[in-house]
Amino acid sequence: MPIIEAEGLTKTYRVFQKKEGLLGSLRGLYRREYKDVRAVDDISFSIEPGEMVAFLGPNGAGKTTTLKMLSGLIYPTSGEASVLGFVPSLRADAFRRRFALVMGQKNQLWWDLPAADSFQLNREIYSIPAPEFQKTLNELTELLGVEKLTRQAVRELSLGERMKMELIAALLHQPQLLLLDEPTIGLDVVAQVAIQKCLRDYHTRRGVTMLLTSHYMRDVEALCDRVLVIAHGRLVHDGPLSGIVERFGHAKLVKLEFADGVAPDDLGRFGEVTRREGPSADLKVERSRVAEVLGAILDRHAVADVSVQDPPLEQLIARVFEEGRRSHDAA
Amino acid sequence: MTPPDTLVEPEAPAAQAPGVVGRGPIVTTRKYVKIFRASLGERMAYRGDFLLGTVLRFLPMVTTILLWQAIFKSSGRSNLNRFTYNETIAYLLLTHISRMFSSMPGLAGGIAREIREGTLKRYLIQPVDLIGYLISYRAAHKVAYIVTSFLPYALLFFVCRNFFDTFPDPATLAGYAASLILAFLVGFFFEASVGMVGFWFLEVTSLLYIVMTLTFFISGQMLPLDLLPAPWSSFLKLLPFQYMAYFPAVVFLGKVKGTELVIGLLAELFWAVFFMIVARTLYRVGLRRYSAYGG
Repeated sequence: MPIIEAEGLTKTYRVFQKKEGLLGSLRGLYRREYKDVRAVDDISFSIEPGEMVAFLGPNGAGKTTTLKMLSGLIYPTSGEASVLGFVPSLRADAFRRRFALVMGQKNQLWWDLPAADSFQLNREIYSIPAPEFQKTLNELTELLGVEKLTRQAVRELSLGERMKMELIAALLHQPQLLLLDEPTIGLDVVAQVAIQKCLRDYHTRRGVTMLLTSHYMRDVEALCDRVLVIAHGRLVHDGPLSGIVERFGHAKLVKLEFADGVAPDDLGRFGEVTRREGPSADLKVERSRVAEVLGAILDRHAVADVSVQDPPLEQLIARVFEEGRRSHDAA
Repeated sequence: MTPPDTLVEPEAPAAQAPGVVGRGPIVTTRKYVKIFRASLGERMAYRGDFLLGTVLRFLPMVTTILLWQAIFKSSGRSNLNRFTYNETIAYLLLTHISRMFSSMPGLAGGIAREIREGTLKRYLIQPVDLIGYLISYRAAHKVAYIVTSFLPYALLFFVCRNFFDTFPDPATLAGYAASLILAFLVGFFFEASVGMVGFWFLEVTSLLYIVMTLTFFISGQMLPLDLLPAPWSSFLKLLPFQYMAYFPAVVFLGKVKGTELVIGLLAELFWAVFFMIVARTLYRVGLRRYSAYGG
């Protein structure tokens, strides 16, 4: 049975349109104008136990809104969600004991107290038996390497350390489902990698189902086999990360290094020149034409080195978003 | 979010078997009892602060006593609407005790802030109820406060013992205790209801200011409600606010007795339940709105 099943999830916000200036504010007092914003538009997917899935999309694409619907914070305007066999918006205690939501931008720990105090409070809230609590806590602090920091006031911790504490707090009750909203936002690369590693290790150890949103490709590449790409509220891709390359990566990147010290001028005939520096040049070529183009170039010029690559994932994703926007505007 | 609690050290595992996740009313009650105990632990850590705070709180009493002395002297009467000079001073001292139970500093503002800043999410995601959590937390703070300020209060009342003409009989004392506990509930649920307004208005500071100023006067904290002109005093005694200061004080002074006392306590209970329902309803409706529009 899937852990998460979303069927036609849709969320429309009504946003108050404030007019400019004082007069506009006064007018707004008696006649308000609203605009309907469709944040999430008819999204369907299902996630099996133990999967690690990423939600990809630019800011405002509807990732967070979807997570909020799945965790029962907001009600869908239409469509249905079933999470761990529950309807999230009913907020049954049995449901709330079995998942956790971590928001990278929101602090859930008590700011002025050591994290250990927040952990204790969570122990009470989730009624975790003391021995089990201690065991889980030891395991998690060791996994994240923060044994020495739990007695320090949270406000004195670095952003990365605080995020680790947030993760521990969220995992103490051993949820079956972990929802993460931008868990690495604002972190430097080292801290990002540390959080990724922890999530991966924990996943391997406990087989917990994870759904994370991010707009850092690195997180996704490091963690998830499956990605849901969402743009302008619509699901535009559901499948393995490599599938994005197949589906949207129509072009390959041909990197050339010429033997005679300078790249020839006629490269434009073969494809789009994306870089040109001294003897080297990058050429974007239609996937089906790569062999033909390479043959032609090798025939005409002395080439010292050549490599054929897929374009960087970021560029691809940007294209996916772009296409999502276009179809959104057309609709 | 309301400042959190330093929690007591985890105790030895209770009768609960490991791995069994608690459910049911007993375990639920236990959870809030633990939140209560934990908050208590935190509060007791600041005993010195309390002691000083309590002493300083009573300095304005000196000016109040002098003021009422002047009022009684210039009126040339020994009592104003059933209140003698001694009773008036005793009354004002007693409203401090009433407020010790019924005042909820920062409760309404705290709730409104959690709604505005979105930290309210915590209570929606975790298996804990906002109102249940807050009342456990407040109760702990009240107990800690009462315990730590017991000595300074005892000293103060000893010094001021001459203002009290008689010491109340056991029945009156029992009624007094009940009126104070109910005062806590009326105060808590009233302020919680005010805080829930934050679901509809983002900014509640000025509303809170008005409510608090008004409450100070109409609860009888400034002067006995009986001293007000005729229609006003009976009108204010129909409102729930008198139970936050006036009512417990006059019970102690023995001005409300017998059937009148029972009716008064029942009315106080009614208001506690009334505000509990209001707070709960506002919370439920507010959450529906919150979940539909924002989150």
